Amino acid sequence: MSSYRIQGATGEWEVVIGLEVHAQVTSQSKLFSGSATAFGAEPNSQVSLVDAAMPGMLPVPNRECIRQAVRTGMAIEAQINKWSRFDRKNYFYADLPQGYQISQLYHPLVGEGSIEIVLDEKDPENSTKTIGIERIHVEQDAGKLMHDQHPTMSYVDLNRSGVALMEIVSRPDMRSPAEAGAYLSKLRTILRYVGSCDGNMDQGSMRADVNVSVRRPGEEFGTRTETKNVNSVRFVMQTVEHEANRQVDVLESGGTIVQETRLFDPTSGTTRSMRSKEDAHDYRYFPDPDLLPLVLDDAFLEDCRNSLPELPDAKRHRYESELGLSPYNAAVLTADVETARWFELLVAEAATKANKQPADVAKQAANWLTSELFGALNKLGVDLASSPVTPEKGGELLALVADGTISGSIAKQVLEKMLETGDGAAAIVEREGLKQTTDIGAIEAVVDKVLADNADKVEQYKAGKEALFGFFVGQTMKAMQGKANPQVVNELLKQKLG
Amino acid sequence: MSVDTATVAKIASLARIKVTESELEAMVPELNGILAWVEQLGEVDVTGIEPMTAVIPNTLRLRDDAIDADPLTGGGKRDDVLANAPAAEHGFFGVPKVIE
Amino acid sequence: MTDLTDLGVAAIRDGVASGEFTAVEVAEAFNANVAAAQDALNAFIVATPEKAIEAAQAIDAKRAKGEALGKMGGVPIGMKDLFATRGVQTTAASHMLEGFVPEYESTVSQKLWDAGCGMLGKLNLDQFAMGSSNETSYFGNVINPWKRNDGGNASLAPGGSSGGSSAAVSARLCPAATGTDTGGSIRQPAAFTGITGIKPTYGRCSRWGIVAFASSLDQAGPMARDVTDCAIMLETMAGFDPKDSTSLDRPVPEWEANLSGDLKGKKVGIPREYRMDGMNADIAKSWDDGIAWLKDAGAEVIDISLPHTKYALPAYYIVAPAEASSNLARYDGVRYGLRDLPDGAGLQDMYAATRAAGFGPEVKRRILIGTYVLSAGFYDAYYTQAQKVRTLIARDFQNAFTQVDVILAPTAPSAAFGLGDKSDDPLAMYLNDVFAVPASLAGLPAMSVPAGLDSAGLPLGLQIIGNMFDEQGVLNAGLAIEQRAGFAAKPERWW
Repeated sequence: MSSYRIQGATGEWEVVIGLEVHAQVTSQSKLFSGSATAFGAEPNSQVSLVDAAMPGMLPVPNRECIRQAVRTGMAIEAQINKWSRFDRKNYFYADLPQGYQISQLYHPLVGEGSIEIVLDEKDPENSTKTIGIERIHVEQDAGKLMHDQHPTMSYVDLNRSGVALMEIVSRPDMRSPAEAGAYLSKLRTILRYVGSCDGNMDQGSMRADVNVSVRRPGEEFGTRTETKNVNSVRFVMQTVEHEANRQVDVLESGGTIVQETRLFDPTSGTTRSMRSKEDAHDYRYFPDPDLLPLVLDDAFLEDCRNSLPELPDAKRHRYESELGLSPYNAAVLTADVETARWFELLVAEAATKANKQPADVAKQAANWLTSELFGALNKLGVDLASSPVTPEKGGELLALVADGTISGSIAKQVLEKMLETGDGAAAIVEREGLKQTTDIGAIEAVVDKVLADNADKVEQYKAGKEALFGFFVGQTMKAMQGKANPQVVNELLKQKLG
Repeated sequence: MSVDTATVAKIASLARIKVTESELEAMVPELNGILAWVEQLGEVDVTGIEPMTAVIPNTLRLRDDAIDADPLTGGGKRDDVLANAPAAEHGFFGVPKVIE
Repeated sequence: MTDLTDLGVAAIRDGVASGEFTAVEVAEAFNANVAAAQDALNAFIVATPEKAIEAAQAIDAKRAKGEALGKMGGVPIGMKDLFATRGVQTTAASHMLEGFVPEYESTVSQKLWDAGCGMLGKLNLDQFAMGSSNETSYFGNVINPWKRNDGGNASLAPGGSSGGSSAAVSARLCPAATGTDTGGSIRQPAAFTGITGIKPTYGRCSRWGIVAFASSLDQAGPMARDVTDCAIMLETMAGFDPKDSTSLDRPVPEWEANLSGDLKGKKVGIPREYRMDGMNADIAKSWDDGIAWLKDAGAEVIDISLPHTKYALPAYYIVAPAEASSNLARYDGVRYGLRDLPDGAGLQDMYAATRAAGFGPEVKRRILIGTYVLSAGFYDAYYTQAQKVRTLIARDFQNAFTQVDVILAPTAPSAAFGLGDKSDDPLAMYLNDVFAVPASLAGLPAMSVPAGLDSAGLPLGLQIIGNMFDEQGVLNAGLAIEQRAGFAAKPERWW
């Protein structure tokens, strides 16, 4: 790996990045009240008296939110703190009804952990880097302010107020935009595997505060800035790139970096200082006296651990070692939990239908999925989740290839028809008469005719131009409209050509 | 530790309470009187003592993840939530325009 | 016919049940007293005579149908205006919440209505329950119905923060009232007005729907004429509430049924640290009387030590304001309550103006102290230190309860003082809670029972502090005192 460096006028600079990711915990109801969390509801329709901080209202924590945060912690092999506590972070803002956010400062639920990122998909085994995670704590989301509805007023919608978030704080271990991007993607992958966050960045379910500083390679950390609420992998990379270059410019022109909060502007790809958050904050954190210490017992932890699925790294290794997939295919198929789930269903279907072991069909399934289906869906502009070809139907198609009912090239035609009509593979093969023949007599007759019609080429072949073998195969297949069993064709040709 | 006018002004600003100059002047000696008195706590040897977290030994109960299971703590009551709002418009709370 | 307003909770409940009088008759009698006393005593912020009648009619109708009337069927009560009451203005005696009409009912008040109580009105209190004399209310002082008998005719403080409750029960405006106690706010006003009040173990009564002052200390409790009435009403108010994370998940004992003034085999601790230099002679005497009565009831009296007593009040004045500064941040003029929006003001200016206009001086003072002790650089020195001291104070009590069953002490260092006597000196006012605060910091049940009159003819209270969950022990010791003190005095009606 070559190191990412910014070439300044006065020499090289290294960029140092840490990410604080806010991930919305997947739950039906809010962290401390029973109101719903669904996205896109009418303003203030999912607000309880508790969320609106009416006088005398009290928080009661949601078990599922705690469970999901613990499971997430386990997935990054972090320390789970059996004794944790909620603290109040006090500040005044219109989106914060209580005048404080219930968060965890002093005793977070999840302590030190780490995740491994891959920097080169083509060579996943040799391009990994471990990024430290300092902590995960659980906290409330704030409401939303809208500024465009009225000339002199902002409008407050508290639907998000009190929704559970995990704040996942990385160590300042990243050194390039690519690493920051890879970290965020990998984190998203893990959260989606665990099921603790849906990872919908465009709906705000995941957003990152990007801490960036620059320094001369090997020297002390520089002063950092924090760019708030960046909501895509690409934007995070742009933020890092822009912010690092901006800082280098400032430093090289004799200025100093101010520790400040900044905002990313997606249209220009630049960051700017956030005026409204400029006053020095003193959050006056203290333990929330409405909530007792959170003490988790072994049974709860055991349940969390037992409910964890196979995680992406383990799955990727297993796809390579047990299923014999290429590192690239294994990486591609495990990058998203839904893809992996689709793939595993496909393999299971194909194996059952072809009466084979999964390992015997996995490679073929992986190749078909990554090259054939992905390519076809890409052309159609459709993602896997809404593919008209389901894993069941795909498995059926693969089984037809595996048992010799159709050839690989016919399979491509069948897939096209399947995408067009949504029909099953077998039905299409039947209807279109695409079944491949293994009738040796019939194939032999065609082979004989091909050889007779091309006596000159047979001569050349016999004279040593062995590349012509493919020509004979092609002619035979063409004459049989692709329906001849290629293995039989091969064998017959070899026999006859001596 | 005692506070001066500037400190009290800063605290009042943190607490979002507008104070006049004369109120400030009056508050400084009052707060200093109270602070000087509470500082006797510093005499207490608290070596090895944990700060109190739960006055009655008890730990946090967790509730089931159910929507609107109890109407008193559930959503779907926009009218109730907005009923006492000084400025409610189109289902929102209205506040003076905020520039971010 | 007896004056129905001379009756307490048990007598009204039983009289309504037996048909001796109707619930409506009772409600009407108290409504009349409330109306007649309002100008003089200012005990209520809002009177709700129609609510009292409505509830009474429901009880009478139930009785006519032979249905069960509930634990407090037919008993009209006063509700401290810190409890949210659906459809009835709830102010915490503040300008901030003037006109605030909740769309919800506090758990405790709901339990009382479910048990057959009716509401006579919302009782005055110190603003946001911060005060010991009811002089911080935005809606004016409550006047103690008691007067000195030594010629002074000055208006006296009814105690605080539950000053409306204490004055109303004492003046026979209601047979019982709810109170809340953060650092003595039930016990001290009870003592000042010659009535009985108990703060149960922290967590017994749900805090849901009670305007919060200091969450780790606030507890609701009953204020009534005698120990039995308190036991009945506390049984009604107490109970697990899943909406309050600090609510105790344990059954409510049958305190009324198990009342006994026989203390044979019981040990009563007398904490030597409470006998402070310069203790008022009347207070010292009433304490000695209390010791004698408890011995007479069969208890063994033991001298005990609670070494950190001296530090309770300063610890309280860090912890309570710290929590309050945060609890009161929600009053910002956005969703309910007062909004002061000066011309051209931005959001943060609106907050500052609203909070300046909506909070009284004592509330502001405590918010500022709380903000200061939590602020960067001071948190450990003040807040953490205070919470450590609090641990030591709780530990003192736990050590004591290995030797004794209950502790006897004065409720307050003096009888009721005159309005205005201490209002210019916050510290002098705070010191009034010196005996009440330690039990609050330790979350322990504690009650005040009338012990007699001082040399000026003003009532004095004795305080019994029990171990956590042992309200029964506290009530029984209180009953033993009540039976022997023979306290029958009541304020002469001058209003």
